[in-house]
Amino acid sequence: MTSLFRGNKLAVAGLVIVAGLIFVAVFATWLAPYDPATQQLMNRLDGPSWQHPFGNDELGRDILSRILLGARVSMRVAATVVLFSSVVGVLVGGLAGYVGGKLDVFVTAVVINSLLAFPGILLVIALVAFLGPGLDRVIFALTITGWVGFARMARGQVLKVKTLEFVEAARALGASNLRIFISHILPNIVQPVLIQTSIGMAGVILAEASLSFLGLGITPPAPSWGAMLNDARTHLFDAPHMVVFPSMALVMTVLSFNFLGDALRDWLDPKNLGK
Amino acid sequence: MVAFLVRRLALTLPIIWIVVTLVFGLIHMVPGDPVAQMLGEGASVTEVERLRHELGLDRPMLEQYRAYMTGLLQGDMGISFRNQEPVASSILSRYPATMELAVAGTLFSLVLAIPFGVISSVRRGRLADRAIGFFSLLGVSLPSFVLAPLLILLFSIGLGILPVSGRDGFASLILPAVSIGGAFAAFTTRMVRGSMLEEIQQDYVRTARAKGLSERVVLYHHALRNGLIPVLTVIGLQMGAMMAGAMIIETIFSWPGVGRLTIQAIFARDYPLAQGCILAISLTYIFINLITDILYSAVDPRIRYD
Repeated sequence: MTSLFRGNKLAVAGLVIVAGLIFVAVFATWLAPYDPATQQLMNRLDGPSWQHPFGNDELGRDILSRILLGARVSMRVAATVVLFSSVVGVLVGGLAGYVGGKLDVFVTAVVINSLLAFPGILLVIALVAFLGPGLDRVIFALTITGWVGFARMARGQVLKVKTLEFVEAARALGASNLRIFISHILPNIVQPVLIQTSIGMAGVILAEASLSFLGLGITPPAPSWGAMLNDARTHLFDAPHMVVFPSMALVMTVLSFNFLGDALRDWLDPKNLGK
Repeated sequence: MVAFLVRRLALTLPIIWIVVTLVFGLIHMVPGDPVAQMLGEGASVTEVERLRHELGLDRPMLEQYRAYMTGLLQGDMGISFRNQEPVASSILSRYPATMELAVAGTLFSLVLAIPFGVISSVRRGRLADRAIGFFSLLGVSLPSFVLAPLLILLFSIGLGILPVSGRDGFASLILPAVSIGGAFAAFTTRMVRGSMLEEIQQDYVRTARAKGLSERVVLYHHALRNGLIPVLTVIGLQMGAMMAGAMIIETIFSWPGVGRLTIQAIFARDYPLAQGCILAISLTYIFINLITDILYSAVDPRIRYD
């Protein structure tokens, strides 16, 4: 594991920021200097000051506190969605690849291709638009689209692994299909799942922010970085700090998950062995 | 080639059918009564029943489905319930603006991605490669709704040289196109780099060098032509994804396209219009991908035999 971070400063930076984020997300209520929902109309749109390092928003709420609590919302959504997506995706995609035949055709040609026929975030927006906004619906919509990436990856990996000798050996020893799948195949596809998890976290955080930016995500007054950026849009002229700080929080978070994912990919890539 | 085309089309038709069916089903996913939701609180029972009848939602599901499908085949996507206009004509009138944005965004991303991707691959591991690598990862992580306000702050508010919003001539296209193309530029740069790294190691590149051709000719006339083939697929996917990204960018820049119309329809609870917009964007995406695949197979005949 140490070789993952040796000489890769970006991976170290990514890991440190992700660790910091998890800390902030868990302890946000203690770390936040103010209640994120308390309105102080006297301080409306005030720029950064000693009392409010990131300034105040249009209702005078403390932006630093809202960003800290927003981290909790982002991480909660991302972790839940990635957990559900990876479990569903790896099981469905993995089984399709392992069993093959009609099940594989159905899963890949019908289910996955239909979900991929909607570009980018459109299906998520469509689902949330018709289901209505709210944390649980956002998580549901993002999982419906999120598991596909895991399924495709798991299927590809299982197709590769299932032809290897140790699987054949297990079968020759009389292991059942279920046993082969769970104790021999799954442990061997963990590494690509990890990469996908890290990149998936970045993707989900971006998607949740996009939804909240459009007003279709987390319902106010719960703080969400995307919604904060949407509020900031009307105050670009008079309060640019409202854009700057949530943007930095969002970009740093996404960037650090991407750094981690990239580093993991390079580290696990057989072409880079011995380097 | 003909067999490939037939097979590719045969794969596309069921997908279109499934997408249409899913979009049809959206209105039935609305929790509670969609008609009451559309009219809002304070609507009388007679009003609700009248609109339900107009939308055909009082008929059995299968009949609704059949009516929806026959309508679509005749180009009828229903009537927008807010402005009483046919959905199809509302979408068509805004379609060119969105295409303009998608094309401009794609062009912008390619103008950046191709040279930077090539430089990055040629200078692999050097400072230039690492710098481009860092900035492309930054670009991938920079959502359009963060980039757009920052660009507006800099170019519209700070320097005052580009308009903040609207669609009025070339100047008004620049910021939306850059905002929507930024992340794709970053992504495509990585793609071009990877693809070029593979090509540079091919035998024909060694042959070209052995013939004594200049490095520039080898790179741009030999390697890049093949290196761009996989990039073509991504361009197709990108243009389609931009149609979805247009929902955000068009909202920010008040760009009068299908994306903004979709969001407006969603907020107005104009479900028929929202369904039509979602369907139009998805079908465009499927169509662009179909065209890309066909182009891809024309450029690289190996694909057809896979």
